[in-house]
Amino acid sequence: MKQVFGRAESLKDAAFHYCPGCGHSIIHRLVAETIDELNIKEKVIGVPPAGCAVLAYNYFDIDMGEAPHGRGAAVATGLKRALPDRVVFTYQGDGDIAAIGTAETIHAANRGEKITAIFVNNGVYGMTGGQMAPTTIVGQITTTTPGGRNPDRDGIPIDLSEMLALTNGSVYIERTSVDSPKNIIKTKKAIKKAFQVQMAGLGFSLVEILSPCPTNLKMSPVQASKWISSTMTTHFPLKVIKDETGNLGAQPPSE
Amino acid sequence: MIGEAAMRAGCRFYFGYPITPQNELTEYMASGLAALPDGVFIQAESELAAINMVLGVSMAGKRAMTSSSSPGISLKQEGISFLAAQELPAVIVNTMRGGPGLGNIAPAQGDYFQATRGGGHGDYRTIVLAPGTGQELAELTRKAFEYADRYRIPVIILGDGMMGQMMEPVEFPEPIDPASLPLKPWVLDGAKGRHSRIVKSLILDTSAMEEHNWKLYRKYQIIGDEIPEVERFLTDDAQLVLLAYGTASRIAKGAIKRVREMGLKVGLLRPKTLWPFPKKSLLEMSRRVSDFLVFEMNTGQMLEDVKLSLEGRRRVHFYGRPGGIISTPDEIAKVINNIYFKEGLESEE
Repeated sequence: MKQVFGRAESLKDAAFHYCPGCGHSIIHRLVAETIDELNIKEKVIGVPPAGCAVLAYNYFDIDMGEAPHGRGAAVATGLKRALPDRVVFTYQGDGDIAAIGTAETIHAANRGEKITAIFVNNGVYGMTGGQMAPTTIVGQITTTTPGGRNPDRDGIPIDLSEMLALTNGSVYIERTSVDSPKNIIKTKKAIKKAFQVQMAGLGFSLVEILSPCPTNLKMSPVQASKWISSTMTTHFPLKVIKDETGNLGAQPPSE
Repeated sequence: MIGEAAMRAGCRFYFGYPITPQNELTEYMASGLAALPDGVFIQAESELAAINMVLGVSMAGKRAMTSSSSPGISLKQEGISFLAAQELPAVIVNTMRGGPGLGNIAPAQGDYFQATRGGGHGDYRTIVLAPGTGQELAELTRKAFEYADRYRIPVIILGDGMMGQMMEPVEFPEPIDPASLPLKPWVLDGAKGRHSRIVKSLILDTSAMEEHNWKLYRKYQIIGDEIPEVERFLTDDAQLVLLAYGTASRIAKGAIKRVREMGLKVGLLRPKTLWPFPKKSLLEMSRRVSDFLVFEMNTGQMLEDVKLSLEGRRRVHFYGRPGGIISTPDEIAKVINNIYFKEGLESEE
């Protein structure tokens, strides 16, 4: 019988610890499938964050080096500069990349570091128990915004991807979501393209993925996914934010 | 001197952020590494970024260095704690200035505690080397990279603004080709033909965390046995021995020469390793010395290690000036005279 579905080669035989309905499990799989498809399992190095995905190294069957909170882009810069022919990616949450690690991320992008960032935006600090994130939506209730995020006091959600697009060294930035099968397929394509950008030596690439956190949103998995499309995307529209990849990924002309 | 010595030690990666008084080193690395085909220099956006770039290079198994001065070293402590926890080699140069806070840009030794007690969070140590001459800047820089790799530990080179800006003739060791350095069996370079590897410091299980702490502790014990290093200057017949390192030790030598002319039997014990502190050399000397005088460019930090080592066996005097004040040899000579002729040496009481 032909096997039509299985675990990605780049994932270990380990059960994810993530909460039911959490987007990390899906995104891990998409990244692992991409590594398999690009045949880079033996030359890829991942940099997991502080946050729920810190344990990513328990699931990915690839070399991984943990960075201090927010410093993923700097650690990845060191790895990539030391090993320019390897593929280096960071896997970061919104607090990691868009709050404590803002400077590292913007400057890595501005230098055009040939690294790829997988930016998982769930609008909340997950591992620490649901505090306001830099990407928490206006009005959204968290443990530190019990009356909802107040723009006068807390500012509005930061548009990190749009900010990164302004840097000269960024080449490809897309915002996607894993709230539906259709968007999961789009996310996979975006991740693959982001890795290809790096492999072609073009510059900095990033995929921002809107991801459900039912536990801290205090919703069912289905409600949390619906909340992404109904509410989160009003501030964070799904779109290609920057694409200067030229003909990358286009089919070569037939002979 | 440190920059040239680092490149000759096979260091091809330097990351730094501007801060006085150590920009000469950053600038030297910028031009020096640009001239090497495999050299990588990045002026980082912050001290945090610089130390974490070092961490990334170190994970990849290559020799990397960063440098800064006191306030910048405080910012690097997060990364230094991670380097210690993840057992990654790195060389960090601290050209100390007056503090706390922004302080000033004059030479000082106020960061002794920070350097020798770990500096960042958690139960760890870093090797701390204190060069006293230009020649030693070159030699200890080479050793710093060797120790970092041998023990998989961050190594601090602790100097000050005066050490950083002095000019002395130096004979550099022969350059090492980085490609000739032995391969490290733990690096992250893509899991080709082997199992995947993890470099991490998160150890949620308390007994596993305890074991990791003890493992680090055992390593520190071995380092404590193997690398303490001192210079002894006119100590053979000395009744009073000064303890000083770095710039302070040069001033101390000047003072000792003056009081020797007056016939006072005074010498200097100069730690070249501040951590591990050369406790054995100090104890050995305490058997035939009456008093010790610790001289530092701070309000008394190495003083504590001297007292801890001697455990009350000998009287320990202290003289120090913080804030970037550089004492003169005459000033120290007066302190020595005072001990001899006013307070009296302990053994003569």
